[in-house]
Amino acid sequence: MNVTLAATAALLFGFGTYLVLQRKLSRIVIGLGILAHGGNVLFLASGRPGLPPFVGTGSRREFSDPLPEALILTAIVISFAVTIFLLALAYRSWVLTGDDEVEDDIEDRRVAAGLRTDEEVGDEATAISESIVEDER
Amino acid sequence: MSDWLVLPILLPIIGAGLSIITGRVRWLQRLIGLSVLTVMMVFSVLLLVEVDRDGTIATQVGAWPAPIGITLIADRFAAIMLVLACLMLLTVLVYAIGQPGAERNHVGFQSVYLILAGGLCATFLTGDLFTLFVSFEVMLTASYVLLTLGARRAQVRAGMTYVVISLLSSTLFVTAIALVYTATGTLNLADLSGKVGDLPGGVRMAFSVLFLIVFGIKAGLFPLFFWLPDSYPTAPSPVTAVFAGLLTKVGVYAIIRVETLLFPTSRPTTLLLVLAGLTMLVGVLGSIAQDDFKRILSFLIVSSIGFVVMGLGFFTVAGIAAAIFYVVNHIVVKTALFLTGGLVEHVGGSSLLLGVGNMVRTAPVLAVLFAIPALSLTGVPPFAGFVAKFALVDSGFGTGEYIVVGVSLLVSLLTVFSMTKIWSGVFWSPAERVDDMPPAAGHHAGRIGGPVLMVVPTAALVAVSVAIMVLAGPLFALSERAARDLLDPSNYVQAVLG
Repeated sequence: MNVTLAATAALLFGFGTYLVLQRKLSRIVIGLGILAHGGNVLFLASGRPGLPPFVGTGSRREFSDPLPEALILTAIVISFAVTIFLLALAYRSWVLTGDDEVEDDIEDRRVAAGLRTDEEVGDEATAISESIVEDER
Repeated sequence: MSDWLVLPILLPIIGAGLSIITGRVRWLQRLIGLSVLTVMMVFSVLLLVEVDRDGTIATQVGAWPAPIGITLIADRFAAIMLVLACLMLLTVLVYAIGQPGAERNHVGFQSVYLILAGGLCATFLTGDLFTLFVSFEVMLTASYVLLTLGARRAQVRAGMTYVVISLLSSTLFVTAIALVYTATGTLNLADLSGKVGDLPGGVRMAFSVLFLIVFGIKAGLFPLFFWLPDSYPTAPSPVTAVFAGLLTKVGVYAIIRVETLLFPTSRPTTLLLVLAGLTMLVGVLGSIAQDDFKRILSFLIVSSIGFVVMGLGFFTVAGIAAAIFYVVNHIVVKTALFLTGGLVEHVGGSSLLLGVGNMVRTAPVLAVLFAIPALSLTGVPPFAGFVAKFALVDSGFGTGEYIVVGVSLLVSLLTVFSMTKIWSGVFWSPAERVDDMPPAAGHHAGRIGGPVLMVVPTAALVAVSVAIMVLAGPLFALSERAARDLLDPSNYVQAVLG
């Protein structure tokens, strides 16, 4: 395995882990992105990097293995999509609470004391009132 | 039949596309969802019958030969899981249509739900590690959307934890795949099954632990379970029911598949047994501390994962057969309990034990629908849960692992306690009103305990759980055949590599 690539992957994993441990979702998103890059660089190192995958003709040793590259591409697309979802979640959190900090488990604290309103029933109530409005139309 | 293996993956994805196009015509959208899942259900039953008769079947997608192409494979275990998944998905979809809430409020619900179905089926049928990763992602991405449908504050908070944890485990999964590919040069499970054995002991150990962490996060194994009881209860109740019944079981499925195929041993695995014992214990203790029945049930999911992993940890035919039978029963029972929970919430207006009460009089049907799966989950004879737990304990005595068996018996006792807590809180005690709580926005229970389309699927699942009890003999024999397949991977390897 190429030492430079391995060291790069290790650094990326280190940075990513630090950022994932923060409270703000925006930092966590960046951390997860860096972590995913670390995984991808590590993957790249498995396929004789630096050589062309499919160019011209020649012996097997002159080509790099194209499979890891294809797989990395898939992994990148997936982490891209999920990152966008997370960013939307962070925005929604900012709209609702004015912050994108990941809150504590409120329920856990409530077990000791306090109560809450039940929100799913609220959702049902909205549905019913909406259907009534539709019926009236 | 082998050419049709792609059907349970392709059909729901196509259905999801059609579902988006027909979003404005709700009856057509529902028709598409229901018919897709019905076809999948019929197909999976036919598949199970054929696989059980003729043995493992496999196909190469795109006709690329085995170690290179994408392999789809169905052995008995995969076929059993497929049947259960389709059954749960179908009944819960009917329930979701009947419930005023998620499905009615969101046009996209049906298509996301179908994508979840496709991802789930792909996870069970795939024959190589990378496709397993992709199927996991398809399923999880759909689950992120379903979990945060409505985007209320509690959901956004729980969704953050859930998505971040899942994404972290996916990153670890990619890393593990990269390392495995570097070490062996293949990702096909059947091919790996031969090649991992040749690696040095330390490397194998590292891979084994890495996969255990990756799938342990998804399954909710101790100490990686903390996100589960935090996030599941905030979703709409049909969504929670599907998650509770199927999503954690996918993690367990992957653990069983990888451990038996890549890291087979002939002796009980101490690591798995210790994790299993702690998972059971922590799950049930957590459930006792809660005062909200959805959260009690969510902690019990964690606890039951421990039982399954314990069966796997024994590494005997009896142990794994018991684990499979336990999974079969547990998926049905847990989904039924969450559906009943949704009904209780619909009628009572709250999921807090304090907020509802006296339901044995106001909604006696719900009491029955709760009591039967609850008794089965705790393992009271003659219900199927008893058969599963008896088989687990028996196989544990067979291998001489008395400590973990003792823990499992203690946990069963504590499970009875937490179920009693729900029973007395929801069904027997009078509803207590606390001053600062707004009046519950409940509905009249009516004669059958709720809307017909919610009660009928719940009752159907309870009936299935009773059927599992009646057919315990043949089903356990099937589980034993599946366990034998798992412990002797030669059939699996031969079906893929020829």
